[in-house]
Amino acid sequence: MNLTILLAIPVLTLLAVLLLPGARQARWAALAGAAVQLAASLVLLLRFRAARADGGKGFLFQMQHDWYPDWNIGFHLGVDGISVAMILLTTLVVVAGVLVSWEEARMPKTFFAMLTLLGLGAYGFFVSLDLFAMFFFLELAVVPKYLLIALWGSGRKEYSANKLAIMLMGASVAILMGIIALMFSAPDGQWTFDMLRIVEWDVPADTQVTIFGLIFIGFGVFTALFPFHTWVPDGHSSAPTAGSMFLAGISMKLGGYGCLRAAVWLLPEGALAYGDAIVGLSVIAILYGAFVTLMQTDLKYINAYSSVSHCGFVLLGIGMLTKAAVAGAVLQMVSHGLMTALFFAVIGMVYVRTHTRQVAEMGGLMKPMPFIAVLMFLAGLSSLGLPGLSGFVAEMSVFVGGWERDTAFHRSATVLAAMSIVVTAVYVLRAIGATMMGPLRDQAHAALTDAAWYEKAAALVLTAGILAMGLAPGWLNDLVGPDAAAIVTRLGTSTP
Amino acid sequence: MEALLLSMKTEWMVTAILLTVLLLRLGKGVAPSTLLSLVQLLLLVATALSVTGSGSGPLFGGMYQAGPLAGFQKSILLFAAWMVTLLFADWHRGSEQLPEYLILMLSSLLGMCFMVSAGNLLMLYLSLELATIPMAAAANLDLGRKRSSEGAMKLILSSAFSSGVLLFGISLVYGTTGSLDFAGITAAIDGGGLQTLAFVFLFAAFAFKMSAVPFHLWTADVYQGSPMPVTAYLSVTSKGATAFVVVNLLHGMFASMSDAWYRLLMVVVLATLVIGNLFALRQQDIKRFLAFSSIAQVGFILMGMTGNRPLGVSAITYFVLVYVFSNLAAFGVAALVSARTGAEDIPSYRGLAKSNPFLAWMMALALFSLAGIPPTAGFFAKMFLIVEGSWQGDYWFVVAAAINIAVSLYYYMRIVRLMFSDAERPMEAIVPAPSERLGLLVCAAGIVLAGVLSWMYDHISTLN
Repeated sequence: MNLTILLAIPVLTLLAVLLLPGARQARWAALAGAAVQLAASLVLLLRFRAARADGGKGFLFQMQHDWYPDWNIGFHLGVDGISVAMILLTTLVVVAGVLVSWEEARMPKTFFAMLTLLGLGAYGFFVSLDLFAMFFFLELAVVPKYLLIALWGSGRKEYSANKLAIMLMGASVAILMGIIALMFSAPDGQWTFDMLRIVEWDVPADTQVTIFGLIFIGFGVFTALFPFHTWVPDGHSSAPTAGSMFLAGISMKLGGYGCLRAAVWLLPEGALAYGDAIVGLSVIAILYGAFVTLMQTDLKYINAYSSVSHCGFVLLGIGMLTKAAVAGAVLQMVSHGLMTALFFAVIGMVYVRTHTRQVAEMGGLMKPMPFIAVLMFLAGLSSLGLPGLSGFVAEMSVFVGGWERDTAFHRSATVLAAMSIVVTAVYVLRAIGATMMGPLRDQAHAALTDAAWYEKAAALVLTAGILAMGLAPGWLNDLVGPDAAAIVTRLGTSTP
Repeated sequence: MEALLLSMKTEWMVTAILLTVLLLRLGKGVAPSTLLSLVQLLLLVATALSVTGSGSGPLFGGMYQAGPLAGFQKSILLFAAWMVTLLFADWHRGSEQLPEYLILMLSSLLGMCFMVSAGNLLMLYLSLELATIPMAAAANLDLGRKRSSEGAMKLILSSAFSSGVLLFGISLVYGTTGSLDFAGITAAIDGGGLQTLAFVFLFAAFAFKMSAVPFHLWTADVYQGSPMPVTAYLSVTSKGATAFVVVNLLHGMFASMSDAWYRLLMVVVLATLVIGNLFALRQQDIKRFLAFSSIAQVGFILMGMTGNRPLGVSAITYFVLVYVFSNLAAFGVAALVSARTGAEDIPSYRGLAKSNPFLAWMMALALFSLAGIPPTAGFFAKMFLIVEGSWQGDYWFVVAAAINIAVSLYYYMRIVRLMFSDAERPMEAIVPAPSERLGLLVCAAGIVLAGVLSWMYDHISTLN
């Protein structure tokens, strides 16, 4: 399969959204583009499985062009199982995000253009095998994030937008320095940004450790690495619904994928040196995130802080450096992306009806809007890791992988992380109970309507993903497993 | 003879246009709009002819050095001049001194072309004066405004001062090497104490012209006071031409002293970036804002020189080209807004997107490119300079410089956010003239395409 299709579709969508005269055409164009991209990603999945069944290994469907040869920058595309999983996640979230924003009234054309641009950045990031191209696409997604929050957001939107932009740009500087330093550490001046060639180098261990710090912390900021997680709650809660969905569902996953691909895979010595620190920080993020969530009264803040906690599992899985744990980290990225996008979508649906996000001002909403309430249950139960839904599969895999490291430190880290599930259950069930169950708190809410068609469609897309992953985790595990194993094998450790 | 015609064809063409305008002015006179259209057309033709390449080799006993890259650098300057005549058509037509203004601008353009090709310090000095003095006169052309005279006064005084410094440096070079010829100096230079001093003087003089910190103090006042086209022209061409000269001096004449100038350059780069950015944060006037942002951009240009290898020259040439697209687009929108509504302060851009989506998008693109955000060409240009800056392996320096990108994002995005926010009293609808629209579209095309498609850079790279 020609991977440029995955870039061409969003580019054409973007042009259509910008050039079509009216807002109505623009949103249809955005939806059509997102749907075609979803179809393309499903085709990619099938082709990838077929190619792998034929004995394909590593990165498939590669294509390579010169871009700026003077600067050792190439345009090298290719996907492995991890990238395919991330692309699938992104397409699902983009379709849902466009649908949820169907009635966006403020500058709708620009809004849909921003969503499409953010998606384009993510697709490019996941298919690039050249570090510079990856960086290009990573940065491509920064402006849409900023503008989505600053222009369509609510609350302290300017503060949050600036905080997000400055923290993410600062992180990008670290990543940039890391990849430039890596490029210049080539043996005999064979400079390149091409990951498939870098992976064959024999970079000295101390250089690897230094560069790993830059790249991992840089990408870590994107995925809420403690203590650089502070943009997450503000950014997510100020963003418009689709903005929060994209931030949590796509943008944070760029960070996790980058940590895995550009840091752990390319710099195994660095990963071994930093592994324990990553485990420690992610356990702090998991527990701290969970306990802070307990104290929140705003639905969006609840989900935002719980994202800090859940993304901690991604980093925990990466830091454990075992095959099962790394595969679990990828599964958790997919699971959290779908689940949190659904959660934010539901919060958005509730907010446009009740005009509040305060838990204390809601109650008994299940009566006027049963569909939305069911969705909220679904997202919540997946969040707390109920078997049959996506969260269970991912977290279980991380715990199993973590337990395989038989030192006291790793085992206690695994146990502590697992205990956070109890806290998660408390805040999820409490929030759902207070808002959806019980008698109607505000009589004005009795006249509220249930989800509209576009909201139902958005929710169904995400729910399909959650159920597909939760009920039949095998296919995703088969997709991700071999490539996660390949990353861990490079570490050369005795861990299974 | 043929070499004389071909190698200097850009200069000949500019001179021809200059003489045409002069003769028309001395004759019966033509309507301003006719004159302007004529100059626009002639500059376009000259740019197109100049891009096709030029001969190479020395002329006039080494006074003048033609080369393919210098030829392309001159095309960039010509292109910028053409864009200025397009983008500020309104101002030009309304100006009572249009022929005088055009003559001044073209003289300065001629000076810059000679500057890029100078092969001798005297030639360099003369062309630099030819490039600068007319601009000071042009800065004064808003005769009714006191600020315009003030800006012109500041420009001429600081130029005169920097010329003095330059001459002193030149005399030191001559005294220690016995030569004014670039090739002769390069052979004779040994990095002695007096020569280091000479280098510092020369560098300071050019830092004045490029407004690198600590020689930047004139910039904001001159930019604010001068008529918008003069500011725009000054900000891209004068900066670009000086950058081309400085990189030639550093990588050519002073290459053997690179250990000495590398440290100096690092300090200047960091100071320029930090001061430019910090002051840009606080500006409320769009012209002052663009002045400080242009100071910060110079920091990146200088950073590209630290590597002391030919790739840096390609990167700088490409950066200047991209900078022409981006900065002129920003000034073009600012000029339209200022001409139609009189507003030159940033808060009045609030809500521009509602009433003038085209202008708002053009401005946003220009600012994205200045900030170095993909997919604009500014991203690539800045990345190359940063990679070049890391070439010597001082990563702390590159980190310190690159953090400035994060800071600059804040103030560039502030304007974008304002333009797309709701306003109580949005700006009236502004209809750009066809030439202004064309100019903005050309800039936008350059911003969007010159980075993602690599052929413009490839062209520069093959010339270098």
